[in-house]
Amino acid sequence: MAVTGAVMVLFLVAHMAGNLKIFLGKDSFNEYAHALRTLFEPLLPYRTALTILEIVLVVSVLAHMWAAISLARRAGHARPVKYVAKKSQANGYATHIMRFGGLTIALFVVWHLLDLTFGVVNPKGFDSAPADRMVAGFDPSRWWVTLIYIVAVVMVGLHLRHGIWSAVQTLGWANRARYKALKGTAALVSVVLVIGFLAPPLAITFGVVK
Amino acid sequence: MKYTEGAPIQDTKAPAGPIEERWEKRKFSARLVNPANKRKLDVIVVGTGLAGGSAAATLGELGYNVTSFCYQDSPRRAHSIAAQGGINAAKNYRGDGDSIYRLFYDTVKGGDFRARESNVYRLAQVSVNIIDQAVAQGVPFAREYGGLLDTRSFGGAQVSRTFYARGQTGQQLLLGAYQALERQIAAGTVTMHTRHEMLDVIVSEGRARGVIVRDMVTGEIERHLADAVVLATGGYGNVFFLSTNAKGCNTTAIWRAHERGAYFANPCYTQIHPTCIPVSGDYQSKLTLMSESLRNDGRVWVPLRKNDERAPGDIPEDERDYYLERIYPAFGNLVPRDIASRAAKNVCDEGRGVGPGGLGVYLDFRDAIDRLGRDAVEKKYGNLFEMYERITGENPYDVPMRIYPAVHYTMGGLWVDYDLQSTIPGLFVIGEANFSDHGANRLGASALMQGLADGYFVLPTTIGDYLADGPFGEVDEEAVAEAEIKVRSKIDRLLAVNGTRTPDSFHRELGKLMWDYCGMERTEESLRKALERIPELRQEFWENVKVSGTAEELNQVLERAGRVADFFDLAELMCLDALVRTESCGGHFRAESQDADGEALRDDEKFAHVSAWERTPDGPVLHKEPLEYEYVKMTQRSYK
Amino acid sequence: MNLTLKVWRQSGPQDKGRMVTYRVEDISPDMSFLEMLDVLNERLILEGDDPIAFDHDCREGICGMCGMVINGVAHGEQRATTTCQLHMRHFEDGAEITIEPWRAAPFPVVKDLVVDRSSFDRIIQAGGFVSVPAGSAPDAHSVPVRKEDADSAFDAATCIGCGACVAACPNGSASLFTAAKITHLSLLPQGQPERLNRAKAMVDQMDSEGFGGCTNTGECTAVCPKGIPLDTIAQMNADYLKANSK
Ligand SMILES: Cc1cc2nc3c(=O)[nH]c(=O)nc-3n(C[C@H](O)[C@H](O)[C@H](O)COP(=O)(O)OP(=O)(O)OC[C@H]3O[C@@H](n4cnc5c(N)ncnc54)[C@H](O)[C@@H]3O)c2cc1C
Ligand code: HEM
Ligand code: SF4
Ligand code: FES
Repeated sequence: MAVTGAVMVLFLVAHMAGNLKIFLGKDSFNEYAHALRTLFEPLLPYRTALTILEIVLVVSVLAHMWAAISLARRAGHARPVKYVAKKSQANGYATHIMRFGGLTIALFVVWHLLDLTFGVVNPKGFDSAPADRMVAGFDPSRWWVTLIYIVAVVMVGLHLRHGIWSAVQTLGWANRARYKALKGTAALVSVVLVIGFLAPPLAITFGVVK
Repeated sequence: MKYTEGAPIQDTKAPAGPIEERWEKRKFSARLVNPANKRKLDVIVVGTGLAGGSAAATLGELGYNVTSFCYQDSPRRAHSIAAQGGINAAKNYRGDGDSIYRLFYDTVKGGDFRARESNVYRLAQVSVNIIDQAVAQGVPFAREYGGLLDTRSFGGAQVSRTFYARGQTGQQLLLGAYQALERQIAAGTVTMHTRHEMLDVIVSEGRARGVIVRDMVTGEIERHLADAVVLATGGYGNVFFLSTNAKGCNTTAIWRAHERGAYFANPCYTQIHPTCIPVSGDYQSKLTLMSESLRNDGRVWVPLRKNDERAPGDIPEDERDYYLERIYPAFGNLVPRDIASRAAKNVCDEGRGVGPGGLGVYLDFRDAIDRLGRDAVEKKYGNLFEMYERITGENPYDVPMRIYPAVHYTMGGLWVDYDLQSTIPGLFVIGEANFSDHGANRLGASALMQGLADGYFVLPTTIGDYLADGPFGEVDEEAVAEAEIKVRSKIDRLLAVNGTRTPDSFHRELGKLMWDYCGMERTEESLRKALERIPELRQEFWENVKVSGTAEELNQVLERAGRVADFFDLAELMCLDALVRTESCGGHFRAESQDADGEALRDDEKFAHVSAWERTPDGPVLHKEPLEYEYVKMTQRSYK
Repeated sequence: MNLTLKVWRQSGPQDKGRMVTYRVEDISPDMSFLEMLDVLNERLILEGDDPIAFDHDCREGICGMCGMVINGVAHGEQRATTTCQLHMRHFEDGAEITIEPWRAAPFPVVKDLVVDRSSFDRIIQAGGFVSVPAGSAPDAHSVPVRKEDADSAFDAATCIGCGACVAACPNGSASLFTAAKITHLSLLPQGQPERLNRAKAMVDQMDSEGFGGCTNTGECTAVCPKGIPLDTIAQMNADYLKANSK
């Protein structure tokens, strides 16, 4: 869970940084998209590095899901008879929506790939420049796409608010003295990611970036 | 109640010679068991407290084939877990003049010259090894900044020799023993049976050869056979219903052994602990101890005036009576328990008690908080203060605690010799269940010491001498069957009554009777009254108790009824013992025997002996074991 | 006080069990929760009913024997308090109180509110000890221990093995209990030689008993009567990962 989650967090940070390039202009964004594909060239052939990254990512996603499912199944087996009354005593509901949140994110990722990577559900289709796909995707007329996006990204934020510190704890690096700082950092990273991811689509939808 | 006097007895196993060499001598004279034979020798240990847990673990380590029982769902829950204050040891780490001899001296004196010198000396010697053993097991004793062990002083001692782990010393020591026990269970040398209650000892051809137990979950009556049986089943303070003991503490195991022929020694020696939370209502199910360590910094007082209704904070300094400091200037608030308890009773009897019913005295931390600061007090006693607040709803940082004496410990128990063997060969008794080392009064922090001394160090050596003659072969089937039938018929009888009163209601009534007539102060009149009432109440019990459910299931009412039935018989013997002992000594205070100041007055001419009771069809028979003091001169105790 | 209790009744492991409603009257606010149940049980016995079976012994909050889920919270909503130390003054007159046993597959119900927690003993058996036979110990002062370490070890060692952490955990995990013991012994010099093996053996035993996995929800510490801190679990994870990477 923790390791695969961490890989995805790193990906998200990079991904967000890339997205923000849209504010530097479409060309800058397209360059970034291109640079991704020519990473480590000529050391590696065109798109190799990206493919490796994609594989790592896909493996991480699958492993993460698999781990989540097996955890949930173990939890189910460990408590076959449910409580009639049950009240949470720990603070923060982010902890209790990890599974639900993760599932929402998974559905979103599928849709997201169809939209912006493969362009299947994108008005511009597959054979277009990435920046165009993005701008078209979040066109003001498609406000509902932006809305889905907002919901999903907020989910990611909540998932990470618990997930990041939880991963540190799982890896055994946490202790009492660090808890406050850790939870603060987790919250900060989550907020930065949420803002970073939401800025481009909102900007497009409200016509700041065209 | 009629009794007869039988032949005196002698502890024949204690070697002669200089006291500091006796245990060494006995260890050397005790025969060893060939390691290859140990696997073939079965030992049953009943009880998993400090005594039983440590004994079973150690016997397992030595290679014996051990079977262990407890009535709780895990060996870790034995009542020893509740001990708060600490454990004594003559380490003299403070260099404040402590020594094995001083611990020995304090214990003999504290016990009011009714304990055996040889046993006490051995206890003081072994105390040193206990601390080493516990620390090696990872028991997190309190430490000082230099990394060395911290100690504190306890009632009845002027040196600081009590090792502690915050207010949870018993818990930490028991977990150490429990972990050692679990290690042996994993190694296969010990087989553990939890939720099993021992209901009889099997005696075959004059030897203890096993036990009859009831599986408390299925109700099945089981027989377990062995070459020796060790009872470590704790004390019987619950005969008073209200005590600081856990609810399940009982006399059943030792009482049924007594019915099989083991002598019961000094049953009347009861320790009443001075610092407990007072009773708050009729529904009360148990009393809670506030550790004696509180007396290190808390000051005990009552108003000077009778029936003073003012809040404690409104009573000015010169209208308070710090009676312990006044009467006992040398020891002050740290006088031994029996003295502190009776002093509290006396001021309450004068009408100066505080709280509901006037049954309480103040234990005040105001001066300690002023002197040390609130933080320091919180560090030392925080968890005890919290416990007090949880139970009473009052905050002891602001209002003084109210305390009152409560039954806490029983010095009496099955008679054992120096080897800890009872009068039934092969039946060993350790921990609070035996009568051994504390005489008529136990010093604070000495029960943990004794339980662990018995279990880790003494019994494992002495039992070897007995087992060197084993294995003892087949057990007589008739003896087993007879014990089984006896157990079953008692259960059937309890279920058959189907009357109109619950076992608890009888227990409450018996307890009240014992507290009133055989409690902190006993008189010939009160004891005679008790001896008249107990048989009546017992008869009513057997005619009118209501036990619901069946024998073949988890039945907590049946468990309780069986224990209450044994408490009736024990109560009777306690009162008889108290009646016969017309002197006052330690925890046994006969109002007829006191000096001009109201202090306990011993009668060494007539009573410098252990009273060991045998149960026969013709009634109790008293055997006296004379006590001799070669080292500590018998004097009237004085803590002034 | 008058109260309505909804109590889980289950006559044995085979029975399916159900909630049963009882009224109790004239309860004093100074009673403990168990004393309140005593009052009800005394009545049930006389009425010829089966009294409610529940575990308890010390009634001082230290033996770890008692435990029930009260209004959806293990040991009730009062923090850092075992069921036996919970007092009725924390409830309102006329309140309705639901009472259920610990629910976890490795804690099968024996009867009513009584469960079998022997899985905890087996976790300790796997390695929750220091291997030091009686009589073989060196002098207690031969190894000084930093006061801070001794104090932290003590904090972890105060676990009473009640099982509330498991009962409260949405995953039915026993991590807090197991971590408390691992941490206690990890922090002391005496625990070092067996440290990694201990962590591995105990965690593996915990998993094979059928407890769920930890997702760091923190429900356990919130109900733990001894306030065993959550970072014991980080300590356990660290030792466990180290043991496995060896
Ligand atoms: C509240 C309190 C605080 C104390 N504080 C201190 C202190 O600070 N220092 C000190 O030195 N002493 C203290 N004591 C005294 C001390 O704790 C006990 O005397 C000591 O722990 C007794 O240990 P034990 O092993 O003999 O018996 P216990 O710990 O009582 O164990 C008895 C065992 O026998 C089993 N058992 C009993 N009957 C049966 C049966 N019929 N069948 C099967 N199993 C049975 C039980 O399951 C249990 O495992 C305190 C006592 C109390 C009550
Ligand atoms: C694919 C869909 C996803 C599902 C089904 C999912 C599900 C889960 C679940 C059930 C947990 C366990 C709860 C916990 O450990 O506290 C978890 C933890 C975690 N998740 Fe996800 N998640 C998904 C996507 C993501 C993404 C996209 C990221 C990162 C960007 C992520 C990062 C994390 C992290 C860091 C943890 C904590 C790991 C730990 O504590 O061991 N997850 N996830
Ligand atoms: S960790 Fe806390 S809740 Fe869990 S068993 Fe120990 S004391 Fe009980
Ligand atoms: S009964 Fe012992 S902890 Fe509650």
